Amino acid sequence: MPPITVTQDLVLAVAELSQLNIDGADIDGYAADMTKVLALVEQMHGVDTSDIAPMSNPTDASQQLRADEVTEPDQRERFQAIAPETDGGFYLVPRVVE
Amino acid sequence: MQDWEIVIGLEIHTQLKTKSKIFSGASTDFGAAPNTQACAIDLGFPGVLPTVNTRVYEKAVAFGLGIGATINLTSVFDRKNYFYPDSPKGYQITQLETPIVVGGSVDVVLKDGSVKTIQVTRAHLEEDAGKSMHEDYHGQTGIDLNRAGTPLLEIVSEPDMRSAEEAVAYARYIHQLVTYLGVSDGDMSQGSLRCDANVSIRPMGTEALGTRTETKNVNSFRFLERAINYEVERQIAVLESGGRIRQETRLYDSDKDETRPMRSKETATDYRYFPEPDLLPVHITQDYIDAVRQQMPELPAAKIQRFVRDYALNEADAQVLASTVALADYFETVARVGGDGKLAANWVRVELLGQMNRESLTPSAESLGAISLSANALGMLLARIKDGTISGKIAKTVFAALWHGEATDPDTYIATQGLTQVSNSDELAPIVDGVIANNPQQAAQYREGKTKLMGFFVGQVMQQTAGKANPQQVSELVQQRLLD
Amino acid sequence: MSDLHHKTISQLLRDLDNKAFSSVELTAHYLDRIERLDPAINSYITVLREPALARAAAMDVARQKGTHPPLAGIPIAHKDIICTQGVRTSAGSRMLDNFIAPYNATLVEQLNDAGVVTLGKTNMDEFAMGSSNENSYYGPVNNPWRADRVPGGSSGGSAASLAAGLCTAATGTDTGGSIRQPAAFCGITGLKPTYGRVSRWGVIAYASSLDQAGPMAQTAEDAAHLLQAMAGFDHRDSTSINQPVPDYLAQINGSIKGLKIGICTEYFDAGLDDDIRTAVMAAAKTLESMGAILSEVSLPNTQHAIPAYYVIAPAECSSNLSRYDGVRFGYRCADPESIEDLYKRSRSEGFGREVKSRIMVGTFALSAGYYEAYYRKAQQIRRLISRDFSQAFDQVDYILGPTTPSTAFKLGEKVDDQVAMYLQDIYTIAVNLAGLPAISIPAGQSQGLPIGLQLIGRHLDEGGLLKVAHNFQQASDWHAQRPDDGQ
Repeated sequence: MPPITVTQDLVLAVAELSQLNIDGADIDGYAADMTKVLALVEQMHGVDTSDIAPMSNPTDASQQLRADEVTEPDQRERFQAIAPETDGGFYLVPRVVE
Repeated sequence: MQDWEIVIGLEIHTQLKTKSKIFSGASTDFGAAPNTQACAIDLGFPGVLPTVNTRVYEKAVAFGLGIGATINLTSVFDRKNYFYPDSPKGYQITQLETPIVVGGSVDVVLKDGSVKTIQVTRAHLEEDAGKSMHEDYHGQTGIDLNRAGTPLLEIVSEPDMRSAEEAVAYARYIHQLVTYLGVSDGDMSQGSLRCDANVSIRPMGTEALGTRTETKNVNSFRFLERAINYEVERQIAVLESGGRIRQETRLYDSDKDETRPMRSKETATDYRYFPEPDLLPVHITQDYIDAVRQQMPELPAAKIQRFVRDYALNEADAQVLASTVALADYFETVARVGGDGKLAANWVRVELLGQMNRESLTPSAESLGAISLSANALGMLLARIKDGTISGKIAKTVFAALWHGEATDPDTYIATQGLTQVSNSDELAPIVDGVIANNPQQAAQYREGKTKLMGFFVGQVMQQTAGKANPQQVSELVQQRLLD
Repeated sequence: MSDLHHKTISQLLRDLDNKAFSSVELTAHYLDRIERLDPAINSYITVLREPALARAAAMDVARQKGTHPPLAGIPIAHKDIICTQGVRTSAGSRMLDNFIAPYNATLVEQLNDAGVVTLGKTNMDEFAMGSSNENSYYGPVNNPWRADRVPGGSSGGSAASLAAGLCTAATGTDTGGSIRQPAAFCGITGLKPTYGRVSRWGVIAYASSLDQAGPMAQTAEDAAHLLQAMAGFDHRDSTSINQPVPDYLAQINGSIKGLKIGICTEYFDAGLDDDIRTAVMAAAKTLESMGAILSEVSLPNTQHAIPAYYVIAPAECSSNLSRYDGVRFGYRCADPESIEDLYKRSRSEGFGREVKSRIMVGTFALSAGYYEAYYRKAQQIRRLISRDFSQAFDQVDYILGPTTPSTAFKLGEKVDDQVAMYLQDIYTIAVNLAGLPAISIPAGQSQGLPIGLQLIGRHLDEGGLLKVAHNFQQASDWHAQRPDDGQ
């Protein structure tokens, strides 16, 4: 994989996926940061990993399964006490058009 | 005019029948007040972690066995990343690369009686999203996350279907199977089974697949048929006017009976799947799979075959009676108590289902459990037809009384209402003679060969005996008297 | 009573038992010090004066009755990434400045059950992303040893407050060195346990497969006190380890005679400060003099640890931080015009620059067309690094090296050079990738600033690490050195 040159377009595309606004004045700064970090990261491209299985988690154990029981009581009041905006038990957001 | 071949693949999301959610201990009950069944995990609060409900694995494995699929001994959860208000964590936990169920197939019977095999690609476990309410909040959208985290099994088919009819037949089969297996309650009005239809068309005789659209969240078989037909027509119109199909996600609007592109969810979103680091790989053993197999009920196809064989039913009757486990069990009780499979099939199909249909009841476990007429009572009623205690006609009267809860025991009702059939010739002969005497013209015509008039005479006798006369006996007597 | 804050937990427990003073007096002493000294250090984000005093009083009553749990009345602090019910848990971010946690982290419950008094919540790099504590919404923390120096990060507040005598011990979290590096910079003892030894439930996630909470304390013995309470399986954390918790306090007193300690050659590279090299080698000799057997050991993939980490951690972070969307909790922008506006402005205004930068890198590494070359590649390298350790532990029992390449650097020195900041974690990061336990203990000073020695152990060998550290601390007094606060 050749080194990535982080363009303004790439910054904006990644920002869109990340749901972040990057001000016009900051785009070059982010592009420069990303370029440097990716250059650091790209050192690993020289390592031969052809037969190596990816390691997602340092634990070799397998997932324990939980009994199918209702253990969580209704705590709506408590949770919604710290919500930005609610009404009638619903969380409110600007109108979503499907 | 170009001939088009229709290519359909279905993704069916079925909600699994569990008490608690797939990744949390919150209740999955339907219809609770908004956000009262959304715990910190379902809400994606900071610092919370998922755990895995053991029952979802039992259900998924049972489904896999039910379609003859491979069950992966190791399955892995992945994150699918996207922002949407009903997806509280900003990602959905699903299974991408290593799902629990791989392969398998189902045979569906089409209206013309032909059988079509549909291949299943995979079935994977994932969590449901919440619901957005667009109506009531002064231009804002309300978010209810009760449904978030409800366990889903997503069943993905190969693009093997060639018409809306085939797609509906397949969807119905899957619905029947998951209900049979107790994998899902199958209640479509509560969204327990939802279909996404991938539809494309290509010139007949060509191989390459056309560009497909995905019509999302179709929640009834009728709408599925309509949505596919609409989409096919639309695609044909686009292509025949020289346009191109855009690969996009569409929504079926049942009020307008049309599909339209979804505006908010980007169709080309990059989901950035990666293994869910908060969960470990799930390992199951062959012993576990065998244990699930031991617990599995008889599957629909086997049951239909057995009905045909053991009760000498035709295929169509067997299919109807095996449509739900509850109805099949009901029928088998009626047949056992009544001592006649064919008679039982007839009464359950025509009388029971007819009555239920008139009252808009489907033969589910709930409705069959709730009606007054028990399978045992219906069986006893049929036994009384068979032993000649009552006529089929009187039996309908008793059926009605039992249905309406005016009686619970057919024998008691027959006795107290004096409905026992009169088969005694000494009792019936004078009545027959009276009817003949009062209708000389018809008697003459009968003797001249108009034997169809037998029904008239039997009818007259039945009228005079308030239906209690044994019609067989009556017709024998009429014939005797008129021809001898 | 003026030197109460120099006492270790072990000493305080004896004094409390002997009624030399009460937990209320001890707690008030700390609260008083925080009030006087912390404005210059900024190690606390939230101080819980009244609840702490009430809790101390309750623990005094329990001690009177003789029904008290093991750490009754010991005042500690929690890193502000650890959820404390009813108390703001900010993760050092504007995003969670208004987040009152509705539940306790499991480790908070466990420490509460053990009887601790919570003094407050300590400052940190936003969402644990940083090595200098300069990425906090609540401002930087000054190193108590020298005010123009950083305390390290991301658990900089916990380390600084300990060094300044503003708590007896504290919790931290370590994703790439965030317990050990600030412990080294502040001259205290910091243990990163085996991944999964301490439950992550209620610990706000940065990178789920790397995050691990652990104790930060004045001594290895004190760290053992805390770990005893914190460790254990939690049914709420699927990645926590279902193994019995040993008696760490019993283990630390064992001898280190015959233990094989490997000196990691790759950790003594050209980038290492000379004073640190000298101090760490001297410490190794001390251990040898106590019966340990020294040898050299190699971890050949060390150089790839930082590249792999800066893919894996940002990738997981980009996903973990998607839940901060202004809908259910946390910061919401003013007057959002649309759902997208709500998301984008809430996130852009709520997160700081470094967090946004890591989200962007992580999003990129997972995106279509790059996943294989970045994320998958990094996970493969992770296995190579893990194998390095397995092979090394076939030869030795512990791996020894410096915790950091330099002592505490100047505030502002590296803020404009992200990569230089990342290289701070060069000796600590591989441990997280492999999920191993490691401890940093004070082992010298350079120009008045503490030097940290790192020991890495096998999976679940926290007891052994604490034993080696405790033995070293019996033979040295670097851990007892404190900056002069004039008080």
